[in-house]
Amino acid sequence: MTMLQGLALLLLCQSAGEALARLLRVFAGVPLPGPVLGMLGLAALLAWPRLRAPVGSAADALLAHLSLLFVPVGVGVMTHLALISQYGGRMLLALLLSTWVGLVVTALVLRALLPADGA
Amino acid sequence: MQDFVQLWVYLSATPLFGLTATISVYVAAQWAYQRLDHAPWANPVLWTVLALATLLTLTGTPYPTYFSGAQFIHFLLGPAVVALGWPLWQRRQQLRQRGAALLAAALAGGLAAAASAVSIGWALGLPAEVLRSLAPKSVTAPVAMGIAEQLGGIPALAAALAVLTGLVGAISGKYLFNALGISSPAVRGFALGTASHGIGAARAMQVHPDAGAYAGLALGLQVVLASLLMPMLGAWLLR
Repeated sequence: MTMLQGLALLLLCQSAGEALARLLRVFAGVPLPGPVLGMLGLAALLAWPRLRAPVGSAADALLAHLSLLFVPVGVGVMTHLALISQYGGRMLLALLLSTWVGLVVTALVLRALLPADGA
Repeated sequence: MQDFVQLWVYLSATPLFGLTATISVYVAAQWAYQRLDHAPWANPVLWTVLALATLLTLTGTPYPTYFSGAQFIHFLLGPAVVALGWPLWQRRQQLRQRGAALLAAALAGGLAAAASAVSIGWALGLPAEVLRSLAPKSVTAPVAMGIAEQLGGIPALAAALAVLTGLVGAISGKYLFNALGISSPAVRGFALGTASHGIGAARAMQVHPDAGAYAGLALGLQVVLASLLMPMLGAWLLR
């Protein structure tokens, strides 16, 4: 039950986020995705102690299987076989190198800025 | 035999097929990953995707038929992004104390990943729509799709490139960090979450709790920063 309450809260936050995202795009021209606004809204709502247990159980369950959620999109790569056979090698090279650049830059900047205890 | 063929034709056309295949193949891949002591090359997303793509090709099942079942799992990506508010809130203390350092690292890493992807792709002569789909590849797939759409890229390609980026980080991160002598789990996790989003973060969570927490934090930060900055930078650079 607790987890279901948490899931309802996540979906409510997402719905509110989607509504707000539409308003922001139309009236202010700010392009923020609905789930991102929902995430910020959820983090703010957690100031209310009663919501913490349900949100925690639903969020932990969902995030524990986060990588499963990428499978349908991943299988979708096969629908782009034409683009991939044409540019696949070059796309893969750009992807590999830039991911390594991202990992190294983040790690080096953070290591330089964090106190020596590291943790 | 005829009956069996008819049964297969019926079952493979219902949403039940895509959902059952996705979850059971993933459970098997997860089991193998654990048996292999979480070796990076045994990444369960990689092997599940390969196995399912092979299965669909061999049985001649079109992707939309598969997706009619898999969409129930795909849908949960939205609530999962919302759920990132929970680790973010749990780590609010660290975020307050080390906020400036974390923000600087997230900005530098996110920018470096996107800029290097686009410039390497450009130097290799990739077409504009592919470049625009490459830019948000370090952001988690559902958000990357939205950003690519705003940049004028191909959303489905952006999602696929994001998944591949996640796999590259999750599989090669360990060796890269070891080679550079980066040992702090927090730094390793944060870099994985920044450059290879949810799949990198999932890997970090399996390796070390500290790494996992910082990866979740980085993932959430990257989602906010990229969806705010990329469309603005894109509009400025592409005009």
